[in-house]
Amino acid sequence: VEGRQVEEAMLAVLHTVLLHRSTGKFHYKKEGTYSIGTVGTQDVDCDFIDFAYVRVSSEELDRALRKAVGEFKDALRGSGSDGMGQISLEFYQKKKSRWPFSDECIPWELWTIKVNVVNLANEQERQICREKVGEKLCEKIINIVEVMNRHEYLPKMPTQSEVDNVFDTSLKDVQPYLYKISYQITTSLGTSVTTTMRRLIKDTLAL
Amino acid sequence: MDTDLSSQDRKDLDKFIKFFALKTVQVIVQARLGEKICTRSSSSPTGSDWFNLAIKDIPEVTHEAKKALAGQLPAVGRSMCVEISLKTSEGDSMELEIWCLEMNEKCDKEIKVSYTVYNRLSLLLKSLLAITRVTPAYRLSRKQGHEYVILYRIYFGEVQLSGLGEGFQTVRVGTVGTPVGTITLSCAYRINLAFMSTRAGEDNGAVYPSVEDSQEVCTTSFSTSPPSQLSSSRLSYQPAALGVGSADMGYPVLFAGGLHAAHPHQLIGPGKEGGVPPIPSQPAHGTQADQERMCTPLDGVHYSAATPSSSEDTETVSNSSEGKCGSPHDLLETIFVRKVGAFVNKPINQVTMANLDIPFAMFAPKNVELEDNDPMVNPPDSPETESPLQGSLHSEGSSGSSTGNTHDDFVMIDFKPAFSKDDILPMDLGTFYREFQNPPQLSSLSIDIGAQSMAEDLDSLPEKLAVHEKNVKEFDAFVETLQ
Repeated sequence: VEGRQVEEAMLAVLHTVLLHRSTGKFHYKKEGTYSIGTVGTQDVDCDFIDFAYVRVSSEELDRALRKAVGEFKDALRGSGSDGMGQISLEFYQKKKSRWPFSDECIPWELWTIKVNVVNLANEQERQICREKVGEKLCEKIINIVEVMNRHEYLPKMPTQSEVDNVFDTSLKDVQPYLYKISYQITTSLGTSVTTTMRRLIKDTLAL
Repeated sequence: MDTDLSSQDRKDLDKFIKFFALKTVQVIVQARLGEKICTRSSSSPTGSDWFNLAIKDIPEVTHEAKKALAGQLPAVGRSMCVEISLKTSEGDSMELEIWCLEMNEKCDKEIKVSYTVYNRLSLLLKSLLAITRVTPAYRLSRKQGHEYVILYRIYFGEVQLSGLGEGFQTVRVGTVGTPVGTITLSCAYRINLAFMSTRAGEDNGAVYPSVEDSQEVCTTSFSTSPPSQLSSSRLSYQPAALGVGSADMGYPVLFAGGLHAAHPHQLIGPGKEGGVPPIPSQPAHGTQADQERMCTPLDGVHYSAATPSSSEDTETVSNSSEGKCGSPHDLLETIFVRKVGAFVNKPINQVTMANLDIPFAMFAPKNVELEDNDPMVNPPDSPETESPLQGSLHSEGSSGSSTGNTHDDFVMIDFKPAFSKDDILPMDLGTFYREFQNPPQLSSLSIDIGAQSMAEDLDSLPEKLAVHEKNVKEFDAFVETLQ
């Protein structure tokens, strides 16, 4: 991808995954059952790529993802490397451990997107890149949907007390599964400098 | 089988499937309306949002879907299909996609209806939301308007994929197993955008058993006025600008050169009469930028295209030499009545117009060596075949012109710029375009030269200063006059 396209491409993929991995907010009722809120969706057009995708209608979620992708983009740019890196979206479950051990995070699904940033010389190449990246993203969306369709593993629906171990309940309007985003920049030397960024669980992990 | 499923479960399952079918139709149709969809998330459940997804219900669509279903549910051998087609303002239509909701016999008895099946159906709807934006018809539908509209049709029964042309592709959105069978949702979409000149009068409905009439989803009116033409061409065809990418151009732009366009220029034999131009498509990674660049040199082409039209006529490969709508040999006019080629990408089905380079034969030997470098001859990605370019432009007038060009067989032809006859022009048009496209850097802007001249400037400064000092009196006088 070209530098300007990194953000949009990453957001497209991450949002598509999270669309499938988010539900409405749970409202537990007295009898132990719960009702689920509604998830809205919206179309997003990309400015630098000939592509459009659907994301969950949640500004908070969008902000969180943009922040993560922004940091990834800056790291890619600043690394001075040949612009290779990867961003990972991991879904995990928390398992409460007894004191003094901190909670365990057990991942159950991991999505990794590898990116290679190129520099383009002229407008013609950029236009071709727009289209090519758009096509590639279409393929990726189809792949994501295929994987989602395998119904391989999903955490069991939790009881009210357990819901924070499975879902991220901090958002107002939707409830994605607990996730964290991290990224790695590959330097030209071949050694990978890992920069991990924990989202949303920093506080809860504190002892 | 029913004994394994409690009657409550069975009822629930039927309800789920029914509403799933209705919501599927809503999602598909709304995705092809040409607008961005936005619904709000709501943390408190309203109870009316099926599958916990905020999908609006357009009443007309629900009505059509219910009519098609007629109280039945998708079952083995009875699929619910939503057909998305494109209809131009001239009345030609083309099927773009068929979305099928099918049921097969593979049952999953163990699955819990009210919980797992429901959640999986919800996931499948989300997948559908994602996939509807990814197929080529989405981009087409976002650009619908004056030149074409997108229509939908719901039918129930057997899936009919024949209208999609050759080499259509299928994408599976997902499956959900239920105790009574496995629900599968898939989409077959057209790759080959060669326009079949099916008249609007042709009743698609007759083909299908339980057919519904096409409904127009969008309310754009068909504009029958032709897009503005660059010149007052007497060739009376209306370029149906299906060029999605070039929709902003919407007029027959002279696309003479295309030298740097890395795409083959193709044209589909019209097979139409009455001057309706064919709507060709190009399966290439041509760029909009190229195309737009091509528009601008039109003026340049004006002046260089001075070849007499008569010679063009006779040398036109197509047998429509006299079929130039009887236009007299007013070459300039015919030159401009060219259709622009927008470029088709596989997933981005921008239906394009061909570039019409009529006078091929003129260029043969002389320009061959020049054209060798043309990136023109690129194998198309898609199975679209190329057409003889020559059939196109002048074919409106003549019905016979299309004989050389069948709808389906196209021949790749080396791309040569039009009207460049060497004996008239000092240089050939191809060269002109090349030079135009890649102008040498302005000497003042070029860094190297700039550096040089800077050095030179510095060296020559003392001399200049001396000269100026000598002329000081003149300068003073001048300044006096100003005051």
